[in-house]
Order: sequence, then C-alpha cells, then structure tokens
Amino acid sequence: MPAVQETIDRVAAIDVDKYKYGFVTDIESEKAPKGLSEEVIAFISAKKGEPEWMLAWRLEAYKRWKTMTEPEWAMVDYPPIDYDSIYYYAAPKGTSAPKSLDEVDPELLRTYEKLGIPLKEQEILAGVRKQGEPSDLDEIAGDAPYSRVAVDAVFDSVSVVTTFKDELAKAGVIFCSISEAVREHPELVQKYLGTVVPTSDNFFATLNSAVFTDGSFVYVPPGVRCPMELSTYFRINEQNTGQFERTLIIADKGAYVSYLEGCTAPQRDDNQLHAAVVELIALDDAEIKYSTVQNWYPGDAEGKGGIYNFVTKRGDCRGARSKISWTQVETGSAITWKYPSCILRGDDSRGEFYSIAISNGRQQIDSGTKMIHLGKNTSSRIISKGISAGRSSNTYRGLVRANPKAKNARNYTQCDSLLIGDKCAAITIPYVESRTGTAQFEHEATTSKISDDQLFYCRARGIGEEEAVALIVNGFVRDVIQQLPMEFAVEAQKLIGVSLEGSVG
Amino acid sequence: MLSIENLHASVEDGESTREILKGLDLEIWPGEVHAIMGPNGAGKSTLGHIIAGKDGYDVTEGTISFNDENLLEMAPEERAAAGIFLAFQYPVEVPGVATMTFLKAALNAQREARGEKALSTPEFMKAVKTAADKLGVKQEMLRRPINVGFSGGEKKRNEIMQMALLQPKLAVLDETDSGLDIDALRIVSEGVNSLRSPERSFLVITHYQRLLDYIVPDHVHVLAGGRIVRSGGPELAKELEERGYAEFLEAA
Ligand SMILES: Nc1ncnc2c1ncn2[C@@H]1O[C@H](COP(=O)(O)OP(=O)(O)O)[C@@H](O)[C@H]1O
Ligand SMILES: [Mg+2]
Repeated sequence: MPAVQETIDRVAAIDVDKYKYGFVTDIESEKAPKGLSEEVIAFISAKKGEPEWMLAWRLEAYKRWKTMTEPEWAMVDYPPIDYDSIYYYAAPKGTSAPKSLDEVDPELLRTYEKLGIPLKEQEILAGVRKQGEPSDLDEIAGDAPYSRVAVDAVFDSVSVVTTFKDELAKAGVIFCSISEAVREHPELVQKYLGTVVPTSDNFFATLNSAVFTDGSFVYVPPGVRCPMELSTYFRINEQNTGQFERTLIIADKGAYVSYLEGCTAPQRDDNQLHAAVVELIALDDAEIKYSTVQNWYPGDAEGKGGIYNFVTKRGDCRGARSKISWTQVETGSAITWKYPSCILRGDDSRGEFYSIAISNGRQQIDSGTKMIHLGKNTSSRIISKGISAGRSSNTYRGLVRANPKAKNARNYTQCDSLLIGDKCAAITIPYVESRTGTAQFEHEATTSKISDDQLFYCRARGIGEEEAVALIVNGFVRDVIQQLPMEFAVEAQKLIGVSLEGSVG
Repeated sequence: MLSIENLHASVEDGESTREILKGLDLEIWPGEVHAIMGPNGAGKSTLGHIIAGKDGYDVTEGTISFNDENLLEMAPEERAAAGIFLAFQYPVEVPGVATMTFLKAALNAQREARGEKALSTPEFMKAVKTAADKLGVKQEMLRRPINVGFSGGEKKRNEIMQMALLQPKLAVLDETDSGLDIDALRIVSEGVNSLRSPERSFLVITHYQRLLDYIVPDHVHVLAGGRIVRSGGPELAKELEERGYAEFLEAA
C-alpha cells in the first residue's frame, strides 16, 4: 500500500522536539473588513457567488446571533473574545478556482509539504496533475479500496484542491467544497443544511451559520459504498482570521462513507477562534464513520497564543438501522469545547463515540458527547479516554437520554481518566435521563495515574521516560485507536507522544 | 564488571528513615554467576532495584561501578543500554501495551542509545521468535498486553524471554524461581544457562536452594541484616538448605 507507507514515513519524520507546525505562509490574502455586519456577510456571500436563498439564510442567522449570549457553563476559562476585531473572510489570493495543482500557489504547496499532509503524496499528486492518465491511477487502484484518501484541502477559508473528484463522481459520490455545493447542488444543500444543527442551535453554531466561509460537502447516493476514505485537512493561516468551517455529509439509503478530518495550525500570538459546524445525516441502513485528529496549536507553556476551538458536531441517524460513529483524537487547541453527538431517530439505529482527549500545559478541554435516543431499539456506545498532564484541565461531559418512545434503548458508557503529575485535573460529568422504563444504560468510570512502577519497568528495559509515558498512554487509549483508519492510527499514536512531551520529569 | 563497595541505602518510611542496606560489598567479574540468598526482608530486592536505578532509595554511602562507570549517576534507561537487566520479582502490568510492542520499543531504544541501527520489523520478529521459542512463550502471548492477566509462571518466563532478547551484560534475576512449577523451572534455567558466556554475568537472587541445582553458581552469598554475612561456593547453598537462615538472623 504505497499511500499508507508514505504516510507512515511521513509520520516517522515528525520532529518530536517541539510543535513544528508553527510557521507562517506568506501569501497575500483577500480579506473582508474586520468585524461583523450585514455588509460583511453580503461580501462573503457575493465572493462565493451564492444564490439569494443562501444569503437570506445567513442574514437570518446573523439576526438571531445578535440576540444571543456566549455560553458560560463549560469548564473553560478565557478572556472575552472581541467579535468585532476578527476578520470573517480571508481567501488565499488567486486560488479561488484552480483547475489543477499547477495553478496553485507554490508557496501553498510548500506549506502542505511542511505539514506533510497526504495531499503531496506522490501517487495522489500524480492523480491530480495527470487526471485522465489512467496509469497513475491504476497503480493506486491496485490497492485495497480503502488504502487511498481523497483530500479536500482547506487553506484558510477556501477549498483549494480537490483530488480524485472524477473517480468519486463515477461512483456517484459528490465530494466538494460546501461553496461549490451551494452553487452546483443547491437542491441537496437546501434540503439538508441546518436540519441537524439548526441556525438557532447555540451561540457558536449560529455565528457559523451567518459567516461560514468554507468546508466540505459529501453526498453518497443510495446503496453506494464510497470507494475511498475522504479527508479534509484544515489549516488556519491568516492572522486574526476566524475559522468558520461548515461540513455537511449525507449518506443516502444503504450508503457508506468514512470521512477523516485532521488539522494543524501555525504558531500565533493572538488567540484564534474556530467555530465549525459539522452535520451528518444517515438515511435508512446508511453508515457514516467520522474520524478526527485535532492538533491545533495549544499555546505556549503559559497558554498564550493557542486556538480556541468551539465546535458543534452532530449526526442524525435519520433512517432505520442507520449508524453514525464519531472517533476523535484531541491533542491541540488552547481551549476545546466540543460534543460530537448522535440523534438516534430511526428505529434500530446506532450511535458511537470514541474519544481520546489529551490536555497538557495550560490546555483546557470540555468535551464529550450526547446520545439522544428517539427511536425504538436504538443503541449507543461511548468510550472516552481523557489524559491530563501539566496544569491542564480535562472535563468529560456526556448526556445519554432516552425519550418515551425509545423502547429498549441501550447505552454503554465507559469513561477513563489518566492523570500525569499532580497539578492537572480530570472531571467526569455524565448526565443520564431515561423517560422510558425499558432503557438499559450502563456506565463505568475509572481514574488512574501512571504508576512509578510502570515507569520504572519500562525504563529498566531501556525505554526513556517520555517514550515510556507515550507507550503507557498509547496502551491506555488502545480501544479508541483501534477505531481509527490505519492511516490515522499511526499518526495519532505519534501525536500522542508529541503532545505529552514535557509532561514528566 | 560490577563492583559494589560499602553500599548503604535507606528509604523514607512515613516519618522515619529506615536503613535497609548497611555496608554491602560485592564484586562480580565477567562470566561469573553469583547467587544471593537470604531471608525475607533482608534487602535482596532492594539491592536489585538500586542496581537497576529505581527511585525511592537514598544511597547514603558507598559506590557502585559497572565497567568502570559510576552506575549511581546513570538513569535506569542508560543502565539498561549499558547492559544491565533486572528480571523483576513482581513484573509490572502495562494495560493495552502488547508484549510485542513493548519489546520492540525496549530493544530499539537500547540500540539507539548505543548508536546502533533500529531493527526492521522482520529482523525484530525473527529475534523475538528465537527468544520466545527458547522459553516456550507462545506467539499468542506476545500479542497480549504485557503481564496483564499472565499467571505468575508466565510472568517469570516472560522476564527471561526479555533477557534472551535484550542480551544484557549483567542480568539480575530477582526470585525468578518463585511461582514456577518444576517444568517451568527447568525451561527457565535452560534459558539462563544457554546465555551463560565468558562476557556475561548473572546475579541470581533466590530464597531457595532449588534453583541453584539448575543454575549452578560460581559464588554464593548470604545477605542478612543489610550486609553480606557469608560467602562461599555452591556448597554454601546446600548448607543453607539444611540449616536455614536462623543463625544469620541472629548474627545480623
Ligand atoms: N519503599 C519502601 N518503603 C519502606 N520499606 C521498604 C521499602 N522497600 C523495602 N522496604 C523494606 O525493606 C526491607 C527489605 O525489602 P526487600 O529488599 O524487598 O527484601 P527481600 O527482597 O530480601 O525480601 C523490608 O523490610 C521491606 O519492608
Ligand atoms: Mg524480594
């Protein structure tokens, strides 16, 4: 599997000394004026060539947002965000519609090179550059179907390159930027956008609805198994640019898709706000697997300069026997506020949440999931592994609810916390609400520390202290790592080691 | 190879400080097998821990040198890379870490520290298989998290398998015989004996003479009251078997 091997080599080459993605790419950007107003929203909408209904939708959200206040219930603490000093739109200049990589700013490609994202993997590059030349694609197509990754790269706010689009199109799969989807597939966007996370949902989601600049769109038609993993690598580049990604994934009846999201960001002095919205919709017998490796800049040792990550991710198991599975590895950001959730609407539908959340230094994480059981015989499973080190705080907040009609709803929740050192905190807040007598909810929670005996055992075998911690932590999170696609699993394990550096000694 | 002089070591025990080793001397030359015997609580494991570099002991007096290096100044992983191996009396469970993964991390970390090339996966697999076969460790066990749910005997066997893989210069075996039935004892002893060489030394800690029927030592020492109170040849072990440790306890 050449693509996979390439990724392993790339991950092996990761410089483990420090956060190495702290560089800035020098590309002129076209910005909207600072701050938020109806004019700025109209500017964004016009820039993207959006139809009237889209602008109206945005303005409606903006009106609502102005009446809302920022939530304060999460266990995170940060200075007030000045929403008027944020740029809501920045596009890399001249890359609004490249036809191939040759048209892409070479500086941008070098950025990806430094990031080492699979986009620059030789095979995949060839696939883009020489579209229509079957030989390059055949070489890759000889692999198992899921050894390939199609990348929709997001550089600041605009999708720059979409690979493998043609081949996906052959299977009937639509994979493009949300802006393109608004223009090319308005009927699908109008039908599904905002149906899982309504514009009025919460402060950050409403803000996103007003100003979202880009993101990915996926539609898998009935009965189709998407022929490759789909992947978006997000990257924040422009200083003081709010990131408002919007992702919409629809698996029609009997369809299957696996989607990977990963990101890194350059080092910054000002905190950067990221408020994405992800909506997943699975119709009858469909399955969506959504995996995230999140590695945004966490700030320096004092917590200065990191990313604020306020994300609304929700999946709707709309059809009978549908399944949505979230897997996340959270290692970055100064502040994470994130609860990927499942609404189990269809009878016999299933929701899963597998999470690894690592906090170190001054990082603050308040994350978890919601499993809302509405249909009969719905089941859900939550495996959460929280690791706190340094002076960080790591809160798991989970809600499992069965509505009266959710007969025989079942949930299994396991929340394990691992503490490294004695200046960090792990908090577990599970809410359980059952409005039917037939629900079966199980909850297990543990808190442990890396023991001196374990560390000594590893070190006595020659494994250095930091590597020993990484090894023990990787053992602790193994159940979740196993849920990740192979490519991501390797990357995630390496990241876990990197993110825990300096946590011992 | 290993030279211990006048070693005094204590631990913090609540409010008070407790001296466990009280002036211990020991000299091991390349290729020698030394046995240390002694009653429970004599300080045998403490000695092994201090050689391997475990935290929590205060060395208040004395020196340990290993191939002319000051061992007491080296981190545990540096000692391992320099060739010191401790087979634990109580091997530690590391949940979720497959034995194979653990072994690979250990072997390659040591190689890297010594400036050697990391083994490729096929080379590593071959090396593990050789070591595992020698100790009758099944492939299935290598996939299980290290020591988790292993029986006492399996843990001990696993320790010796690690030794066979890591090929140390000095191996300290801390009560490796306890928890082994007679067949396992034979396999483990054969494993140890096959590693005996003019360059490699062993410090075999045991409470019972039985192990020394299989691993015949060059020297036997009695550790009691934090000191070596008597040294001799293999016949000393037999004598202890008959007479017990009582007289040494009194002497100490
Ligand atoms: N960390 C410790 N804290 C307090 N007492 C200890 C500690 N480690 C060992 N000891 C005590 O030191 C003595 C020697 O222990 P140990 O070396 O394990 O003996 P042995 O292995 O010979 O049975 C015992 O009395 C034991 O209780
Ligand atoms: Mg002992």
